[in-house]
Amino acid sequence: MDIELISPSDWLKQQIKSVQDYTLIAVRSITNLFTAPRYLADTTQQADLIGWGSLPIIALTGFFTGAALAQNSGSTLQRFGSVTLIGQLVSLGMVRELGPVITGLMVAGRNASGMASELGSMVVTEQIDAMRALGTDPMRKLVTPRVVSTVTMLFFLTIIADALGLAGGGVASSLFFGVDSHQYWSTAWQILVFQDVFMGLAKPVLFGFIIATVGCYYGITARGGTQGVGRATTQAVVASSILIITVDFFVTRLSMTLFGQ
Amino acid sequence: MSTPPSALEKRIHDKPTGEITVKFEDVSIAFEDKVVLDRISFELVHGETKAIFGVAGSGKSTLLKLALGLLRPDSGRIFVLGEEVTAMTEDQLFELRRRVGIVFQESALFDSLTVRENVAFRLYEEGKVSEEEIDERVREALSFVELEHTVDLYPSELSGGMRRRVSIARTIITHPEVLLYDSPTGGLDPVTSNTIIELVVKQRDMYKISALLVTHRLQDAFTMATHYFDRAENKMTPLPPHARTEVPFSFLILRDAHIIFDGDLQEIRETRDEYIREYIS
Repeated sequence: MDIELISPSDWLKQQIKSVQDYTLIAVRSITNLFTAPRYLADTTQQADLIGWGSLPIIALTGFFTGAALAQNSGSTLQRFGSVTLIGQLVSLGMVRELGPVITGLMVAGRNASGMASELGSMVVTEQIDAMRALGTDPMRKLVTPRVVSTVTMLFFLTIIADALGLAGGGVASSLFFGVDSHQYWSTAWQILVFQDVFMGLAKPVLFGFIIATVGCYYGITARGGTQGVGRATTQAVVASSILIITVDFFVTRLSMTLFGQ
Repeated sequence: MSTPPSALEKRIHDKPTGEITVKFEDVSIAFEDKVVLDRISFELVHGETKAIFGVAGSGKSTLLKLALGLLRPDSGRIFVLGEEVTAMTEDQLFELRRRVGIVFQESALFDSLTVRENVAFRLYEEGKVSEEEIDERVREALSFVELEHTVDLYPSELSGGMRRRVSIARTIITHPEVLLYDSPTGGLDPVTSNTIIELVVKQRDMYKISALLVTHRLQDAFTMATHYFDRAENKMTPLPPHARTEVPFSFLILRDAHIIFDGDLQEIRETRDEYIREYIS
């Protein structure tokens, strides 16, 4: 296979065009909400697929992340004789950071890839063109429902992951460090303040938007048959995961600047 | 004994012939550095079927996508049903596309929907049609392509020829005024190809639908130019030799991004152009 060399200026043009195309898809996915037609049935179907479908993996990863966090922080706290603070550490870690990020990464792996492959297959088999030819806007019917349902479902999935993470942490602290369950839960609850919860729930909204728009972008712009669809699927997972981690850093920084913690 | 016109036929809007349905004016388009169409101009008259030929990559499918506004030309103007496609926004085009149907090369059926849902797609999108009417119109469209029994099947359960026919049913359910066929017989066996050609001729002769038809198969075009649809017999029948110029059918040949021929059966047979003579021989 020949390797095609591309000039730096052409490469730069391609990158700028990619950013432009992504921005257009992201902006239209939101502006479509304000005008008819709206596809409620498609949104509900996607919400079921993303929300209910992701629930088992989110429950498992949330629980075991919390449990692992408790074990790690417990062994450190034990050295200082402060093992009773374990609930606070697990609570802050899960709600502010790990709950949103783990949920975002799991849903990105499961759904950004699904969106890219589904829409990519539709592009290469001319189904997207057929939809446009039949008088239906694919942005409205395919992209906006996925964005709305991912944002909504990720919000609730994160709450579930947080709760199960705390439960996992509770089980681990009780089993391995003998921490009283009542004490664990009361310290875990008391440490949380408004900014922790705000940060923890603002993140899934942004992550959901990233997952759906990146997944749809790579799907809609897929070219080159089944190989192109495979490439789009991989790129969607990689790009959305990197963006989630990067945005997480900036949101955390911004939140700390705003709220002072 | 003649067959009475069906409800489908009655609903077809019959315009006087001579009206221009599709018009290309100096249309050019290039992909990266390759010029695919260069200052192309032609017209499609109401009720006429125009077969478009050319070697692979000569811009035949591009031409159909341009007519529907799925692609934008680099220069030139395109008119469809009196509307300037090249000056319309995507939202305005969605309205126009409801009056124009296209049958894609690979059918482009929605693989996650059943045949019924595929055929009724436009009706569901319009949202104003009752379930009873949808059922009736799906049955009517599928009976036109003789595939009523496939209503609950998925596209993956159909053969290539059946998918092509379902695609035609999906296109005609809203009675479009213009039909665009992109290689409707490509990759099909001769018997199935003939069935598809018969459906195209049926659309042309029974409902006076204007059509642009991209094909590689010259024999299909000659069949369409030399046959008409006999409603009494419900089949395609050869025209008597003296009546062969009476069916509204023409040929358009593309070569090196230009139109090198645009005329009827008589003209293509009498042409002295070496390339065309070799092409049709």
